[in-house]
Amino acid sequence: MQNSIDLRKKRRWGETLIQASLFIAGAFSILTTVGIVYELGKEAMNFFAQVSLWEYFTGADWNPQIDQFGIWALLNATLMTTFIAMLVALPIGLSISLYLSEYASHRARRTLKPILEVLAGIPTVVYGYFALTFMTPLLRGIFGRDVVDIYNTASAGIVIGILIIPMVSSMSEDALSAVPRALRAAAYGLGATKLETAVKVVLPAAISGIMAAFIVAISRAIGETMIVAVAAGAGSNFTFNPFEAAETMTGHIVRISGGDLSYDSIDYNSIFAIGLTLFFMTLSLNVISQRIVRKYREVYE
Amino acid sequence: MTQIKEKEGFADNLPQRHRSGGFWSRLFQISTGVGIVALIALLLNITNSAFGYVATENKIDPETLAINGIPLEQLHPIDLTYILEQNVSAGFFRAQNNEKPFEERTREEIYDLVIERVVEPEAAATWSLFDSLVHKDKINAEVAEKYPNAELSFQSWINGSFLLSPQSADPERAGVRTAVLGSLWVVTITLLFAFPMGVGAAIYLEEYAGDKWFNRLIQTNINNLAGVPSIIYGILGLAIFVRGMEPITSGAFLGPVDPTTANGRTILSAGLTLGLLILPLVIINAQEAIRAVPGSLRQASFGLGATKWQTIWHHVLPNAIPGILTGTILAVSRALGETAPLVVVGASTFITFDPTSPFSKFTTLPIQIYQWTSRPQDEFRNIAAAAIIVLLIILLSLNVVAVYLRNRYSQKI
Amino acid sequence: MTENKITYAIEAADLNLYYGETLAVRDIDMQIEKQKITAMIGPSGCGKSTVLRAFNRMNDLIPSAHATGSVLYHGKDIYDEDVDPVEVRRRIGMVFQKPNPFPKSIFDNVAWGAQINGYQGNMDELVEESLRDAALWDEVKDKLDKSGLSLSGGQQQRLCIARTIAVKPDIILMDEPASALDPIATLKIEDLMHELAKEFTIIVVTHNMQQAARVSDFTAFFNLGEDHAGVLEEYDVTSNIFTNPKKKTTEDYITGRFG
Ligand SMILES: Nc1ncnc2c1ncn2[C@@H]1O[C@H](COP(=O)(O)OP(=O)(O)OP(=O)(O)O)[C@@H](O)[C@H]1O
Ligand SMILES: [Mg+2]
Repeated sequence: MQNSIDLRKKRRWGETLIQASLFIAGAFSILTTVGIVYELGKEAMNFFAQVSLWEYFTGADWNPQIDQFGIWALLNATLMTTFIAMLVALPIGLSISLYLSEYASHRARRTLKPILEVLAGIPTVVYGYFALTFMTPLLRGIFGRDVVDIYNTASAGIVIGILIIPMVSSMSEDALSAVPRALRAAAYGLGATKLETAVKVVLPAAISGIMAAFIVAISRAIGETMIVAVAAGAGSNFTFNPFEAAETMTGHIVRISGGDLSYDSIDYNSIFAIGLTLFFMTLSLNVISQRIVRKYREVYE
Repeated sequence: MTQIKEKEGFADNLPQRHRSGGFWSRLFQISTGVGIVALIALLLNITNSAFGYVATENKIDPETLAINGIPLEQLHPIDLTYILEQNVSAGFFRAQNNEKPFEERTREEIYDLVIERVVEPEAAATWSLFDSLVHKDKINAEVAEKYPNAELSFQSWINGSFLLSPQSADPERAGVRTAVLGSLWVVTITLLFAFPMGVGAAIYLEEYAGDKWFNRLIQTNINNLAGVPSIIYGILGLAIFVRGMEPITSGAFLGPVDPTTANGRTILSAGLTLGLLILPLVIINAQEAIRAVPGSLRQASFGLGATKWQTIWHHVLPNAIPGILTGTILAVSRALGETAPLVVVGASTFITFDPTSPFSKFTTLPIQIYQWTSRPQDEFRNIAAAAIIVLLIILLSLNVVAVYLRNRYSQKI
Repeated sequence: MTENKITYAIEAADLNLYYGETLAVRDIDMQIEKQKITAMIGPSGCGKSTVLRAFNRMNDLIPSAHATGSVLYHGKDIYDEDVDPVEVRRRIGMVFQKPNPFPKSIFDNVAWGAQINGYQGNMDELVEESLRDAALWDEVKDKLDKSGLSLSGGQQQRLCIARTIAVKPDIILMDEPASALDPIATLKIEDLMHELAKEFTIIVVTHNMQQAARVSDFTAFFNLGEDHAGVLEEYDVTSNIFTNPKKKTTEDYITGRFG
């Protein structure tokens, strides 16, 4: 045989081994998700063996001592803080993104963006401290000490809003700057002012990206824990008064797991039921937002 | 100059349009200002509590402890020991003596013990930095009236002994040593787990994974995990690491453990929980860094007959590593600031001993801040603020390192 | 197979190349002569790079790309199931359009490929020899530890050639190796190709007619077919293609009356 060159595959065991390990590392994250769903689901099942789904999803009182497990008491507080947070974060975050992408000079952007990044990097427990020692006294000073409780959802909600501003503004800004330059040029060419270009041309073109940012922001606010644990109060309370103390879902989990929790108590099981509820709420919001983001990418790329 | 006339059918509305433009642009600017104001308010609020006047009252006036006219500070160790013996319970005295006999202690050690146990200085009142600077006279008057025996002094709550002392029930003496060490231990475990796992996953997704449904599933899944609230990871950690893997996370598999200690609520469980939490962030950041390595390098390498792994190891990783490190540092700072999952996993509320192994009980700096913030007394607010400053300084230095890495290596390719 | 004497460096037969569903190049039948320079010319997008990359399975790196037909090298179809593309590429090297040295020292740029291929001899000698063969030695001999990126574009491209010949391939594929260079640097590369042809088989893609005429022994003219897939229109000794093309399209193209 003159064919002296051997091109055949040689088993490269090292390469195979490495590739297998890398694959395991890659697939590991699937295990995390499976773990979340399985573990939370398993303990939640134990919980629902003792509490009816009906009671859980329709009850407005959460008092484990007297066997009341209505999620709405906690969920309502979560929705209150989230709503207040959105009142703060959405308009301010959107305004900042419009300012940064349409108005600000290069220099202003260079100083402002790091400041927002710093805000985003501060641990949430610090925001909790801020809510309790600054925002609450401020609210009490404005509305009166007898109107505003020491622990209240308004203070927690406002500070969650501040926490989320950088996220809303940076995601919205990404959406705004993805709008092609040509569109702005076209608007100016027709004699539009800067505001008209920004609000009537650029903003509508970026609207889906901004919606996605809003939805992620909601999901983030729902899952926020330390601020409400510190500032919103302990003990469930079904109320629409933002100046009253009310425990949120996350706040409740933190409070009861803070003590030495015994594994076979209904308290232990309830953590998982609440956690599972929380997981599906935030997951569906995140999935929706990713869908929207993918849509608007397709439009411009 | 001739006036340009408005064309027929068009209203002359430009001045009005400009006015509304100006109004809104002002509004956008103000909103941006709100962000900055919030940051400043937050920092000022913390500084405000971390420094200020303290009125200290002693339970026993040290002057009354003088013996034969020699003031307390100058007494001989034997006299100090005698004072101690007279003023504390016999049990405490014996316990101290068993721990370390008084004859072997230095004068300073005994003196500190006398101050701590006999004189027992206590903060009667504290004032914020703002009040201390602006209302000095009022504070003096108030102290003279309400705390005639108290001594007024300006205190930085963040100081050497605060950094070096362990936990204590007494805010005057409590420090962050245990918590800082705990944070370092936990974050080390987190890093040991999340870095290799995350970089491995990123390499797989960027270099090996084809466009198959399973790989797309992995990617989508990672993006979703990044948005799961951190407290959910805490619950997962509680179920898996603390409860499910207790024989491992408690250290029982290495031999008998003290049953009164941690059970599964250890540094190891906490570190792994945070590892799961930051894993998606590490992966996503590492993927970005790997994607930024130009394809031409890979082609050059393959063109020379290199295998896939040779290409990755010799060309892709060396060029991606600054980006990977930057991303990992940012993820680690996230882990350093996390509180909620660690509360759920079972951080200890009170430990005074330095952690010694991954199977020790743990507390961390954010946990400490949380616990101190939740206490009603003012002095705990002060030390919470001081601990926040410590935490922010640590995070800031990490970020400086990250920015440095990014700038240092970004021009290279 | 002793009777079947291997006379060609590469023999492509019925080669079809796809990106996903789209056929990029169809029905290539082509024999590359050993130790000759073969030029590939043709309009942009007709698939020259695609064919070139098919000869050492660089197309494998593009996830959507696949091939049917055969490419024989030493009597073996490199697209056979049991062939390792890594084995193929260390024998059929490649030089790219844009110089792409590694962000490593000049020495390491040359030594690295040999190293991973298990070169046992004296590395210093190999590096010097390769740099000399690439006509770069005199310019870099005093700064071998400087980064390969510190060189000029033309020097970088010769460094990439040195790096390729250091692994001692049979065949060198070059995809518009001089298109990013100035005329002087281009001339140097062309001279170099002549020198290298004494030892290696060279296949070069070029858009420059004069270059093809100057350096190559054979020329392959590719064109876009009716169905927008590239085809091999005409393939012959270079002098025939340029002085006496058989097809009208070839003549139009080389005289610039094309498209
Ligand atoms: N990675 C790819 N994915 C999909 N299609 C590709 C890819 N690379 C090339 N093609 C397509 O294959 C066809 C041939 O491309 P190729 O790059 O081989 O042309 P070429 O003759 O080298 O052109 P040029 O002279 O401009 O370099 C083109 O239609 C091109 O769009
Ligand atoms: Mg080409």
